[in-house]
Amino acid sequence: MTLYRLQKLLYELNRDPRVQEAFLNDRECLLAEYRLSDDEAEAIRSDDVGKLYILGVNGQILMHFAAWRGLAWDEYIQAMKEALAKHGQVKAGIYAAVEGGEGGAI
Amino acid sequence: MSLVFAGIMSHGPGMTARAERADPAVREPFYVALDRLREELERSRPDALIVIAAEHFANFFMNNMPAYAIGMADEYEGPIEDPEWLRIERRSIPGSAELSRRIIGKVMEKVDVAYAEEWKFDHGIMVPLNFLTPRFDLPVIPANINCQGPPLTPLSRAYEFGRAIRAACDAAPERIALMGTGGISHWPATPNSGKINVAWDREFLRRWSANDRAALTSYSDAETLRDAGQGGFEIRTLTAVAGACEGSAGEVLFCEPIPIFATSGFAAVMNLNAEAKGAA
Repeated sequence: MTLYRLQKLLYELNRDPRVQEAFLNDRECLLAEYRLSDDEAEAIRSDDVGKLYILGVNGQILMHFAAWRGLAWDEYIQAMKEALAKHGQVKAGIYAAVEGGEGGAI
Repeated sequence: MSLVFAGIMSHGPGMTARAERADPAVREPFYVALDRLREELERSRPDALIVIAAEHFANFFMNNMPAYAIGMADEYEGPIEDPEWLRIERRSIPGSAELSRRIIGKVMEKVDVAYAEEWKFDHGIMVPLNFLTPRFDLPVIPANINCQGPPLTPLSRAYEFGRAIRAACDAAPERIALMGTGGISHWPATPNSGKINVAWDREFLRRWSANDRAALTSYSDAETLRDAGQGGFEIRTLTAVAGACEGSAGEVLFCEPIPIFATSGFAAVMNLNAEAKGAA
């Protein structure tokens, strides 16, 4: 259930400048609204895109959050590869890595 | 008047966002094929273009996810993504609420479809329009099939959705064009982004070109996920176009893997006058 709320936060951030402003001005206040798990909240606090991928955020939502937080395309793909090596396979959703996350186009 | 054009193409954001990184030896012939698709679309003199896309949480979220949705507005906006990221300028795109309303009314006789009077186009529609209607001046009717948040509509229903759209086009005096957009096999937005199952793509397009309904709708989601990645779920949009052209056969203009675009670049068109050979 908290993964749903985590994805909702990112979905709102991707589309609503007011939520973006709240994120930039008082991230803790925004986090309190979404009642995330400790792992999820910490990943948002630290802009840990790789960890958010492992926690199961749908890639089509995470891709735009990553760009908004300043990650270039290759950095975004690399962040997922590194998180996969560090934390292991994606925990939920349909965006699991295959073949150990090897290959792909960077 | 009925359906005057039907085609399909890939829509990966890399096609505009990272175009310069693709191998020119593959990219240029792909763009030539897209030009040909555009010319055929223009030759059909359409009054409106229905785009069946698989959006990526631009308008619809898991709080209230329609399996099928059709836009019903006089004006849309896109891209919803950062225009600098997608490299397509944000703009208004004309629609036709009145034509949408008639289409939706007819489709509803066969398929329960949500309507939306607000719709922001993401790359799934903006990238195809960028190549097919580069002046963004043709009225567009966006349609969406949920391919992102399971549970997903079965392929057989996607085919029926296409048939319902065709019946709606046949009942309208306007000349209507139809495009389906989506990847075939791909693993986008994962560490494997760029992985492509070329053999699977070619076999899918063979089935599509033959408009072989039984073969097109025989993939299980587990098989698609295994062989074509979670991006492969987007075949619903292409399957719907086949449904709209039941009895017609198609032609593949181009299909080659372009890893930095995350999919095969492909373009195919239905010959609305040619009978399908492989259809059951």
